[in-house]
Amino acid sequence: MTTSLLHTAAPSSRRLHAGLALFIIAVIIAPMVAGSVGGNYWVRIIDLALLYIMLALGLNIVVGFTGLLDMGFIAFYAVGAYLAALLASPHLLSAYPLLQVWLPEGLHTSYWLIVPAAALLSALCGILLGAPTLKLRGDYLAIVTLGFGEIIRILMRNLDRPINITNGAKGISGVDTLSLFGVKFSGVQHLFGLKIPSLWLWYYLLVLMIVLIIAICLRLQHSRVGRAWHAIREDEDVARAMGIHVRNYKLLAFAMGASFGGVAGALFAAFQGFVSPESFTLQESIAVLAMVVLGGMGHIPGVILGAVLLTGLPELLRSQAVPVQQALFGSVLIDPEILRQLFYGLALVLVMLLRPAGLWPARHTEVKV
Amino acid sequence: MTLLTIRDLSKRFGGVQAVDNVSLSIQPGEIYGLIGPNGAGKTTCFNLITGLYRADSGHFALNDTPYSPRNVEKVTRAGIARTFQNVRLFNEMSVLENVMVGRHVRTHNGLWAALSRHRRARQEEAQTRELAWHWLEFTGIAPFAHYRACDLAYGHQRRLEIARALATEPLLLALDEPAAGMNAAEKVALGELLQRIRNSGKTLLMIEHDVKLVMGICDRLTVLDNGKVIASGSPQSVRSDGNVIAAWLGGHKHG
Repeated sequence: MTTSLLHTAAPSSRRLHAGLALFIIAVIIAPMVAGSVGGNYWVRIIDLALLYIMLALGLNIVVGFTGLLDMGFIAFYAVGAYLAALLASPHLLSAYPLLQVWLPEGLHTSYWLIVPAAALLSALCGILLGAPTLKLRGDYLAIVTLGFGEIIRILMRNLDRPINITNGAKGISGVDTLSLFGVKFSGVQHLFGLKIPSLWLWYYLLVLMIVLIIAICLRLQHSRVGRAWHAIREDEDVARAMGIHVRNYKLLAFAMGASFGGVAGALFAAFQGFVSPESFTLQESIAVLAMVVLGGMGHIPGVILGAVLLTGLPELLRSQAVPVQQALFGSVLIDPEILRQLFYGLALVLVMLLRPAGLWPARHTEVKV
Repeated sequence: MTLLTIRDLSKRFGGVQAVDNVSLSIQPGEIYGLIGPNGAGKTTCFNLITGLYRADSGHFALNDTPYSPRNVEKVTRAGIARTFQNVRLFNEMSVLENVMVGRHVRTHNGLWAALSRHRRARQEEAQTRELAWHWLEFTGIAPFAHYRACDLAYGHQRRLEIARALATEPLLLALDEPAAGMNAAEKVALGELLQRIRNSGKTLLMIEHDVKLVMGICDRLTVLDNGKVIASGSPQSVRSDGNVIAAWLGGHKHG
């Protein structure tokens, strides 16, 4: 749907540059503003939103670029998160004290190793999921991927017996916090004579990761690979008749999307310091899918908008629903959580009715002849 | 030398012998017509040649080397590009991109090339774009290059399909009813385009209902009826063939 060719450079390039500069400044000062207005709570929300952006961008490759409806995407997030939790927490050593002979200092794998490993392992899982579903289309694919997502979650929940790998429903706690170049991403750090809360560090790290992911997505999109994906999305049979190896390109899309999910998962584990199966429910998969669809499938800025809205607005509602209702009616009539779900559904229905291509779809402008 | 030889091709669907011992040979640089009444087996024949169906029996040779149209991807790579009876474009992609997809099978840029954009990758991408423009100009739809494919007028969509097929550098361009749904003026323009394609050295195979168009531009024809070849040769000889007249003008259940 979206290509550089179809985009016009409608605003003059100077206005574009000014806008870009403003945007970058806004991104840089966002945690300071959020921190001073709403405290660390809001910086934390923003950090989580950034993780969701990473997920949504990954899913966008599968759903948006290639047109494969994946309802179990959160499974790759889970794979990344559990990999990090297993390799960088005391869990395995406490479950198997024998290991302490080899690892007297505990298992603290470097995140420089964990993050690429999470990307690889998730990509592999993506291929494992993709391979049996190659012939399925639309709804059928959705059901199988949904099942895959649930299988991963249930595995994580039950792999505590007979041998304890995932610690079951209790989850794994004490995951090492991230530390890069000697800077620990916890508490308050003193850098260049400034006191910087670790939540800010996380923010900047995640923004950098997202910039990297966007660059990868854009390069893929405007390449032979991206065109092959789009062709498959538009008409699989004709894509095949054009000599496109549909099987390989579908698997590549699954693997690429999954690897972003895996990286996000590993960072999530380090960010929370705790993982449990409850973070990877079907509802999470649907939420990420909703971000992609609501924002504008296949359109990177739209997908980011969708992720920001669907993580930000519920939080806003959660914090404002009680005081607003008390001010209006003197008491709390509807529980914020119920209200959240109500608005969530309403928003999706409205967007699908009024803007079926998403809030910010790719623009198609015709060149005047 | 023949470009495509088909010998004793047969295909049965349940109780229906759709294609029955069909043989034909297409010479390089000609427009070859495959005609016949409805249900004669033209489209089945076409789908056998382009690898969509698998033949029950028969032999193919492309450029005098044995060739088995096993799957659609490989047929395109081997050098047979097709268009579809009801236009099938990549609707949400631009006209230019549609043709660029046609280059897929002759290019190699993979994941690493896409991410790193090294020099060779950029060269290939530039060449893809250049050739796509070339085919758009050749087929006369370059002014619409940045339109979405689905926004094109019908006649132009047909041309885009041909441009996309030409971009795969086919030895044989196989057209499934290219004039379907066109008005008289569009048909004349299409005939000119097809002749221009032949004059550029390509070989064409077309299924067509429009007798005037077929008789006007085809160098040789094969007429099918009930899955069997009932006549083949130049348009003049086919036109006066008794079997053909009977098949078209009645005296026959399919007529």
